[in-house]
Amino acid sequence: MSAAGTGLRGAGVALALAGLVGTAVGLQVVRDRVYGEPRPERGFLYLQSPQTVRRLSLSYAALLADLYWVRAVQYYGGNRLAKEPNRNYDLLYPLLDITTTLDPAFNIAYRFGAVFLAAPFPGGAGRPDLAIALLEKGFRANPRRWHYLYDIGFVHYWELSDFPGAARWFEKAADVPGAPWWLRSMAAVTATQGGDRRASRLLWQVQLDNAENDWVRNNAALRLRQLDALDQIDALTEALRQYTARSGAGLRRWEDLVRAGVIPGMPRDPTGVPYIIDPDSGVVTVSPESDLYPLPVGPRATPRAR
Amino acid sequence: MILPAIALSVFRESVRDKVFYNLLLFAVILVGASLLVGQTTAGQDLKIIKDLGLAATSLFGLFIAVFIGIGLVWKEVERRSVYSLLSKPVRRSDLVLGKYLGLVFTLLVNVAVMALALYGLLGYVHLTTGEAERLAWEAPAADPALLIAFALIFAQLMLVTALALFFSTFSSPMLSAAFTFGLYIVGHFNADLKNFEAIVPSRPVAWLARGLYYLLPNLAPFEIKAQVVHGQAVAAGHVGLTLAYAAVYIAALLLAASVIFSRRDLK
Repeated sequence: MSAAGTGLRGAGVALALAGLVGTAVGLQVVRDRVYGEPRPERGFLYLQSPQTVRRLSLSYAALLADLYWVRAVQYYGGNRLAKEPNRNYDLLYPLLDITTTLDPAFNIAYRFGAVFLAAPFPGGAGRPDLAIALLEKGFRANPRRWHYLYDIGFVHYWELSDFPGAARWFEKAADVPGAPWWLRSMAAVTATQGGDRRASRLLWQVQLDNAENDWVRNNAALRLRQLDALDQIDALTEALRQYTARSGAGLRRWEDLVRAGVIPGMPRDPTGVPYIIDPDSGVVTVSPESDLYPLPVGPRATPRAR
Repeated sequence: MILPAIALSVFRESVRDKVFYNLLLFAVILVGASLLVGQTTAGQDLKIIKDLGLAATSLFGLFIAVFIGIGLVWKEVERRSVYSLLSKPVRRSDLVLGKYLGLVFTLLVNVAVMALALYGLLGYVHLTTGEAERLAWEAPAADPALLIAFALIFAQLMLVTALALFFSTFSSPMLSAAFTFGLYIVGHFNADLKNFEAIVPSRPVAWLARGLYYLLPNLAPFEIKAQVVHGQAVAAGHVGLTLAYAAVYIAALLLAASVIFSRRDLK
């Protein structure tokens, strides 16, 4: 066959291939439009036992740990951003358990994982007990990492409002060789002023200043903004209370307060999202649309006298 | 001078068989992962890049060691080219050893290029990361300790190559691959054999299991990738003993392969 003939044949084959692949893509598009796109299975874990996964990993345990970690982050992020009200975080702990069994020194998996687990639903799994279990597992595997005990203290402080418990864990963290000196001060402050908003601010400021990476830093900054929001809500609630006492009328909309000149404009939280007033109770809080939602139950405002 | 000649011919054949295309795939995986990792996970980008680089080096090397190793001797016999080779002043043991050294050289080039590529990428990560973030790393990006992991990966691949070659002197490629992969897997479960008496009441069975523990290749000690990535110290004694173990085990396998191939009736 001549060179021109061979070239023509090659072009024909390439064209046929392109046509076939194009048709396959087209058929998929039509099928997806008619019958809906296939949804990836999110709430399923093929292998539940961390020990089994570890044994099957042969010499690739660390790499598998990375894959499970990526999956845990995606699972958490996907559920956090999902709109379905009946979503849950049931697989979060098993994923983190497998990750940390595959790689017992996976520092971030313990620390971030505990934050994901402890944060109240829907921002997190709302399972401080599992967060503590994960961090305890981390400390058993890495007895020099005082950070895990410090994080347990945070869970007690922030999610359980158990301030004596938090102080005890900060103290335990301070006992670990190589732990920083300020842990003892933190334990003392927590023991005496636990639940106080000023003490909380100190805790998160320390976390922000000593952040190992952007994620920890951003989380601490978010918590500080939540504390700012709590301060602002207290001020707004007081303004509301005074206005309703003065006018005798129930107030359920910010517009009325703005019109009355009590506040200069629509009050917004530190992320720029307007605060909302519960129409039934009149309680001021952050909007579910805000990154600050849900706000922690505590801590209480610092009394002026202090 | 016959050994280098045979080894070089194996290396050339590997190049002809486009074995080194896997390096291209390795580079794509590394660069792709480094771009993707930051988007899909929270923190630990450096750890994941290191894990991926070391695991890919080990995995690609394993496939090269097994799939080329099992055909080294078998192919010569099957093509009948072994007759022309053995008609020259070449001993059968030289052929086995030369083939082995050729594949080991191929693996060495492969591992060395992968190590260089990984160090290059880690150097880039180091340069593009701020000082504050670097302080939080468990180990420096271009950590020299990674070389220890590469050394043990290479030693493990040498051992697996010797296993594949050993089986290829008396078995078909399919069976050789099955045996080699089987032993590779068993090699990571050896600790169970040593502690068999904990689950089996029979003493003879427990002794047999313990005997197998010492007899079968123990690959678990070569596994220090995670330690190195986390910046944990690896005892020099452990590395030295593991390398010595690999050398002795390889010598035994090559000796056995040479004896079997020397006695094999090739008619």
